[in-house]
Amino acid sequence: MTDFLSWLSPSHYGRLPFADWVQWLVRDWLVPNFRPAFQAMQWPVDQVLRGLEAALLAIPFPVFTLVLLLLAWRFAGRGVALFTLVAMLFIDAIGVWAETMTTLAMILTAVFFCAIAGIPLGIWSARSDRVAATLRPVLDIMQTIPPFVYLVPIVMLFGVGMVPGVIATIIFALPPIIRLTSLGIRQVSEELVEAAIAFGATQRQILFDVQIPLAMRTIMAGLNQTLMLALSMAVIGALIGAGGLGLTVYTGLGRLDVGRAAVGGVGIVLIAIVLDRITQGLGDPSLRDGTWTFSGSVRRLLGLAPPRMQEKLGT
Amino acid sequence: MPAKLSMQGLYKVFGPAPEEAVELARGGSDKDEIYRRTGSVVAVNNVNLEVAAREIFVVMGLSGSGKSTLVRCINRLIEPTSGQLLIDGQDVLQADEEGLRQLRLNKVSMVFQHFALFPHRTVAENAAYGLKVRGVGAAERRAKAVEALEAVGLGAWADALPANLSGGMQQRVGLARALAVDPEILLMDEPFSALDPLIRRDMQNELLALQERYAATIVFITHDLHEALTLGSRIAIMRDGAFMQVGPPEEIVGAPADDYVANFTKEVDRSRVITLGRIARRDRPLLAPSEEAAAASRKLQDAEVQGLLVADSNGKPLGSVSATALLGADPAAKVEDIMERPALTGERDTPLAAVLEAGALGAPVALLDNQGRIDASVDPGDLLSALAAARAEDQNLRVGGTA
Repeated sequence: MTDFLSWLSPSHYGRLPFADWVQWLVRDWLVPNFRPAFQAMQWPVDQVLRGLEAALLAIPFPVFTLVLLLLAWRFAGRGVALFTLVAMLFIDAIGVWAETMTTLAMILTAVFFCAIAGIPLGIWSARSDRVAATLRPVLDIMQTIPPFVYLVPIVMLFGVGMVPGVIATIIFALPPIIRLTSLGIRQVSEELVEAAIAFGATQRQILFDVQIPLAMRTIMAGLNQTLMLALSMAVIGALIGAGGLGLTVYTGLGRLDVGRAAVGGVGIVLIAIVLDRITQGLGDPSLRDGTWTFSGSVRRLLGLAPPRMQEKLGT
Repeated sequence: MPAKLSMQGLYKVFGPAPEEAVELARGGSDKDEIYRRTGSVVAVNNVNLEVAAREIFVVMGLSGSGKSTLVRCINRLIEPTSGQLLIDGQDVLQADEEGLRQLRLNKVSMVFQHFALFPHRTVAENAAYGLKVRGVGAAERRAKAVEALEAVGLGAWADALPANLSGGMQQRVGLARALAVDPEILLMDEPFSALDPLIRRDMQNELLALQERYAATIVFITHDLHEALTLGSRIAIMRDGAFMQVGPPEEIVGAPADDYVANFTKEVDRSRVITLGRIARRDRPLLAPSEEAAAASRKLQDAEVQGLLVADSNGKPLGSVSATALLGADPAAKVEDIMERPALTGERDTPLAAVLEAGALGAPVALLDNQGRIDASVDPGDLLSALAAARAEDQNLRVGGTA
């Protein structure tokens, strides 16, 4: 009986050499033919990453902390500003300031490339159902495939080091910004788009005057998600040679040094909370008033903020 | 004068087989049958119309009658399936993308049912939107927007956000946005439907005043017959995508083309639709102030009226004399001593009900020309018989409607 049923399972007749096919595809075809192309793709990532890392490491600790504190205060309020101050002091006190800056440079580089690729792709997929239908399974795969699986071909194509780590991070963190940009633009009321068309607006004017501003909150939510995913790749990136806090955790893991791992982990968590709160604040439309200007920001920081529009109207 | 806007045999079909559906519609099949056979919905069915410059043309119909689709065909927010559409003699359906954009930028603007204001822009920026798209500089755009906002009574709110305004105020912004570009044709898709009744009436009156000021041709969509009768110089009643009747308000109410239209209008109070101009007469004698009461009585009897107007030598109204006043007067008395002053005056478009409400039943009403002379008059007897006829018509139609 069991024999009879086993006839129905394909493995009864032999094994499909799927692993060999993939191996062949990547090692014997992709790598020899396209390695130079992939190497060339590294160049812009490398430039941005190096520039950012050098800049962040060059900024003295008090200056960086002060700027971040002001940003947090400006976009997320007093409480987050206070938290930022404590978090930065703590990170420096436990001795991982340089690693934190390296991680930050990697994260920001990844987010930068995610944004310049993801926002246009999101806009494109909002405007064309065909693009959206094509992109959807690709994004699904990107979001479900375990990052360890694509670490191997990344190492084969890009080698090891910081830049391959950033590239793995980009692949992992890209989907939310595409999805949420597309969603945000599709959610803009059809009536508003119709009104813009009725007044003779071009596609471009509709996109920049109506759709993007109204989708901004959702796009910023996408950016926030992308940032958070990028941070969660910090440790995995360390497996293929990326440095920073991820490396601290990875080394701690390798030596069973729980203290060392915790130091890196705490750094990641603190930086994640600070960046999350600040980017969430960026998407808050209630900040869209006169205090956006430079002089407005200075006045606000000095406690001389002009009254908000809503307060002026008494509603 | 050629029509500002005209449509010939316009069709719009939504669905998989538009051409086939148009053929069937031309062959006389009805909407249900066409849907059964082709799976397509005929939204606009063979509409022909001519709108003169500065006219307010109202399209009235229930929801699903195709009126919103029709108005969107005019600026091609919805592409008509077949037919001809001319604006100032230019074929709109042949226009390429750029030509169409120029039309929307310069000639035709639109007001939407749910306002469609941009929530992220201030009231002034909203009002200036059409000018911004046109590429007008910031300062000039702002000046024109504020001017349009002042015209709709919102000058003080230029820097507020739309969300801080009430519904009525938001629609005023919508109206200012459409007027700021000095449109020749204003398309209004149920603009006042989302407002409460009192605000709606204010807005209707304001629209009439604004139309005079901006001299725009208006195509106005509504499902409210009273609104149609208040605003329209002509009204089209639309059903299942086709026009059932087109005509001035009095004709729609007074001579409905079929039961469908009659059913609509049966609830209308005719005394509010029939105007003094429609029943006024020019053949009534006038009295001079120096005439004797006996002569006045004779004139009154000959004309078979209940009162006569007294005019000076230039034909300007001084007062009126009623039959009852003459009966009790000394035959030798002068008309000027027994007349009631001043004479009642009205406009050609004053509805009969307004005279009743003014408590002025019993004296003749003078209609003046633009020099202030008596042009025509309405006798109380005329007024009463017109009201009685209107009343009878209301009753009949109500019986007919339920039968």
